[in-house]
Amino acid sequence: MKVPVIALILSLTALNAPAQTDIPKLSLQQVAPGIYVHQGVHELPDSHNRGEIANIGFIVGQRCVAVIDTGGSPEQGHALRSAIESITTTPICYVINTHVHPDHIYGNIAFKQPGVSFIGHHKLAEAMAMRAPFYQEKAERDLGFSLKIENFVPPDHSVRDTLVLELGARTLLLRAHKTSHTDNDLSIYDAQTKTLWLADLLFMGHLPVVDGSLNGWLATIEQLKTIDAKLAIPGHGPVSADWPGALEPEERYLKTLQSEIRAFIKDDKTMEDAMENVDLSVRDDWQLFDEFHKRNISTAFAELEWEDD
Amino acid sequence: MKQLIALNKGLWLALAYLLAVTGSAFAAGEEEAAWNGGLRQKFFGDRAIEEGNQIIELTAPYRAEDPALVPIQINSKIPQTKDRYIKTVTLIIDNNPVPFSANFHFTPESGKADLAMRVRVNAYTHIRAIAETNDGKLHMNKVFVKASGGCSAPIGTDLEAAMARMGKMKFKLDNEKAALQQPNLAQLLISHPNITGLQMDQLTRMIKPAHFVEELKVSFNDKPVLTAQTDIAISADPNFRFYFVPETAGELKAEIRDNKGNQFSATQTVTP
Repeated sequence: MKVPVIALILSLTALNAPAQTDIPKLSLQQVAPGIYVHQGVHELPDSHNRGEIANIGFIVGQRCVAVIDTGGSPEQGHALRSAIESITTTPICYVINTHVHPDHIYGNIAFKQPGVSFIGHHKLAEAMAMRAPFYQEKAERDLGFSLKIENFVPPDHSVRDTLVLELGARTLLLRAHKTSHTDNDLSIYDAQTKTLWLADLLFMGHLPVVDGSLNGWLATIEQLKTIDAKLAIPGHGPVSADWPGALEPEERYLKTLQSEIRAFIKDDKTMEDAMENVDLSVRDDWQLFDEFHKRNISTAFAELEWEDD
Repeated sequence: MKQLIALNKGLWLALAYLLAVTGSAFAAGEEEAAWNGGLRQKFFGDRAIEEGNQIIELTAPYRAEDPALVPIQINSKIPQTKDRYIKTVTLIIDNNPVPFSANFHFTPESGKADLAMRVRVNAYTHIRAIAETNDGKLHMNKVFVKASGGCSAPIGTDLEAAMARMGKMKFKLDNEKAALQQPNLAQLLISHPNITGLQMDQLTRMIKPAHFVEELKVSFNDKPVLTAQTDIAISADPNFRFYFVPETAGELKAEIRDNKGNQFSATQTVTP
């Protein structure tokens, strides 16, 4: 499969944290003026990478900095914060959580202080509350650190439809999406540079993971395509200047899942059958395929067997 | 050179095998702890339980892809006849917060005491199917499954949609035309969030109360085919596959009741 990806690197400077020994350094790229991204790795979260696998970063305006996702561990949150402080003296006003997954929110605590507003989808607070005990257990077991309930900082402002954030000579448009990757996905659009920060609504290289709704995600992709963007920032994988082309591999995978599972259901085949046989041909096109493909099938199967009701 | 590699490979395999064997021997005590430490006694007292796969066989994935949605199958090895049949199958998941998962009652008219469903698995655990034959004997088959968090896992992300659809049921028959006097495979899909009550909301200090299907009755022309008591280990939107034997054309009927007293039913016309 040809993946038309142009990793756009306007400036590849590893910007290091100040010389504090206890805070690890975080590599960042300025992918557009004032937009900085740390690119994660395509790995399962574990005690070695401490769950620090997602793309995270921030956008700098004249008056305010908006952090977009805070990382997979409290330490990564602190590393991001110290990196921001080494790059700009502009204060951090907002922390935007694109969705509830641990690799995007476990750094939240590093930014919790007066003057910083947390922003998320209107279903994010509930998702955090419902998942916290499960996620705490998982962090302890798989990531090698324990999390207090305070680590899940719920949003101070929730987005039901859209929200405009003024950063000073820079306007961000936040969109709350219908159930897609999760039921609390938020995307961020920077009008000045036409950069669309999609987080996990866009997977590049890393197999897309369905933890919401397959049909919903495909509908969201249709809407996203109409956005006039020049640069797309995925939640996993390289930043891409190919828009809306960057969505193609993900869309193709999800559409194939949808059509093949529908055929299995129509033929009265079982979930077990589907998990063994659906669409294995694209295995080599994706990383972490074996880790997530079967799970995607079971999630999608359970959704699609009720789609006509 | 090639031979040397082959030999080496054989050696490694042997070593790996040895490790696996001794490893599982060490772990065996722990794996049986919940069962021997009270579950067995609680559900079956001092009755003898024969272990093996001569009467029923349980199939489950060794590693669960989604712990809240683990497909399992129970296959019977004897036909259901008037003289000899499986009366009850009890499903127990040792290390779940509620180990009792379900109890299925069959009759000779069930045709085959086969079952398939999806369950929640909360920890590395044995899943056990214990069949009681009509002579009162108990037969157990078990499978070890690696999964975690299935019961505390978040409720399916679209709880609103699930609640709106609650109580909808549909049958799917394996063949459009039923084969008379023979076991026919049927699938029953039940839309119900089956909330475990373990999905604690720590931010508001509230617990979503358990809300799950407790009883299921399937009949054909008013004769029972399958009756079950079910608990929170059954996945959201319960899905059961089972057999029934139509003597003539007729109506397959499912009735469910949840722990809040809600009752739902659905029927399916069966034609040869």
